[in-house]
Amino acid sequence: MSENNNISKSKLHGLWALTNRELKKWYKAPTVFILTLIQPVIWLGLLGNALNIGSLFSSSSFTPPTLTPPLTPTQAMQLGQYFQGLQNEIMGSTFGTTSYISFMAVGMIAFTALFTTMFSGMSVVWDRRLGFLNKALSTPVSRAVIILSKVLSATLRSMFQAAIILIIAVPLGFQFGAAFTPINILGVFAFLFLICLGLSSMFIAINIRSTRIETPMAVMNLLNLPLTFASSAFFPIERMPEWLQAVATVNPLSYTMNGMRQLLINPTINYSDLALQYAYVGIFAAVLTTIGIVLSWRFLNK
Amino acid sequence: MSEYSIKAEGLTKVFNGSLVAVDHIDFSVKNGEIFGFLGPNGAGKTTTINMLITVLKPTEGKASILGYDIAKQNNEVRYSIGVVPQEYTADEDLTGYENILLCADLYGISRKISTKRAADLLKLVELTAFKDKKVQTFSGGMRRRLELACGLINRPKVLFLDEPTLGLDVQTRAATWNYIKMLKKEFGMTLFMTTHYLEEADALCDRIAIIDHGKIIVVGTPTELKDSLGGDIITVAIKKDVDITGLVEKLEHVKEVKKENGSYMIKSENGEVTAPLIIEALRKEGHVVTRLSLTKPTLNEVYLQYTGKSMRDAEESGDSLHAKRMMMARRRH
Repeated sequence: MSENNNISKSKLHGLWALTNRELKKWYKAPTVFILTLIQPVIWLGLLGNALNIGSLFSSSSFTPPTLTPPLTPTQAMQLGQYFQGLQNEIMGSTFGTTSYISFMAVGMIAFTALFTTMFSGMSVVWDRRLGFLNKALSTPVSRAVIILSKVLSATLRSMFQAAIILIIAVPLGFQFGAAFTPINILGVFAFLFLICLGLSSMFIAINIRSTRIETPMAVMNLLNLPLTFASSAFFPIERMPEWLQAVATVNPLSYTMNGMRQLLINPTINYSDLALQYAYVGIFAAVLTTIGIVLSWRFLNK
Repeated sequence: MSEYSIKAEGLTKVFNGSLVAVDHIDFSVKNGEIFGFLGPNGAGKTTTINMLITVLKPTEGKASILGYDIAKQNNEVRYSIGVVPQEYTADEDLTGYENILLCADLYGISRKISTKRAADLLKLVELTAFKDKKVQTFSGGMRRRLELACGLINRPKVLFLDEPTLGLDVQTRAATWNYIKMLKKEFGMTLFMTTHYLEEADALCDRIAIIDHGKIIVVGTPTELKDSLGGDIITVAIKKDVDITGLVEKLEHVKEVKKENGSYMIKSENGEVTAPLIIEALRKEGHVVTRLSLTKPTLNEVYLQYTGKSMRDAEESGDSLHAKRMMMARRRH
């Protein structure tokens, strides 16, 4: 009673079905969906403003010093402007923008990508425990497709969330750099695509062997903090202590963030740096995706 | 085509280089047959199924399904089999209908055909009214039926059922038996099932294999297996205290007579026929029969005879143990 004539024998069949399964869990569950939108608002609104280094020495909080002879109002104003300029210069040379919230918003985008890929890596444990993985393995769907669908769904989610963060950041004071054109958004998504590909492949390869959720949780916690803080998420690498710099300069998240900052908030774009950043993130993605898929493949073909 | 749907020769699975889960088993399943795989926990039932459905690779030996080698032609095998796993694998966040379509997509079935098949299958398992409800809201029986529908989406010639009635109530179990019988009758499907319930194996299976410690101990029809125990047991008591062993032993069909606590245990084939003969022979000699009972062996006796009576606390694989715990947890809701 089998009729195989209407069956697609393409190697990639089922990819969209499995990816969409992951995405549906997210966009069809209102609570989860709303929380993923609220999370960046909290990060930006709370942390972005609390850590707003720029406001520490803004001209509005500037009280002219009492000098003898006393300053004339014009001189006081000039002095105020001088400090404002000094602040902008310091901010600009340190963060590449005069607005700290813009600097951090870009960090937040990469940060969200890290978290989304982490959780999607953990979902493979559930698939195993609940028997879905075995079920899928008994169908003609390719093993690579099973893994790729996880990678792809995490990537699509991260890109969507990145767009939301950017939209939310604008009313919170996000300032695009002088070099920004709408085309650059595509460049940002290219960065996100690459980093998510690499990160989620890595997390899936870490998790695919475990049958308990506790082990991956511990591993994720261990990886999460160094990946975040030893990166340029909150602070530029050049101002870090040397040992931290060593970690941060190999961290692919730093390259992603710096590249995205060039495209979004910096006054000028250094194209040779940008090429280096794309190359670094691209190689990271290629290597980890290959390793991740090979490891998972070998495990699934036990 | 060969008369066998499934053939296994020396099929073996060794985990981590030392744990022998399945040890050189040979068996074959005829076309259109319901084949039952029985055995204690940890005997190797699920490992065998996982090898046959191409989820695990055999360490040694080979097996074929519809002539396709499970290791070398695994993709052909996958297209021609259906699997109804022990666990509830349907996605809780999706509706029943979405779950069936997802299964169809895994087989690369075009949407045009899968929507039609999904509608037919939902009707078959009586879930049409609930098709747009999230699986979260389904009862255990409904989920089981949904798994069955998913397993049939590619119109398999061979269907694998791993503990299909585990944890179901009496009504749902009866309904599941009917589905299984119908699949065999209407579609001539070959079914391979594992079960713990002996009355289920007795009622459904054409042939049964009992597996223990990774080895197949015995294969046969339920009747053959029961007969292999030496037939029915007739217990007789008479008024006077005289030995009638010699008298009864001479009768047709009687195999063994034992005196126990003042009554006689008589092993015999065709107990229904032998019992009146015994009464008659005793009466002719002037004995008065005070009590007589006839016990037919069930698969329970067969099973215990072959696997022993000790309880099994064999280590289960982490996966299945977790799945079971999850199922228990869910059932409590």
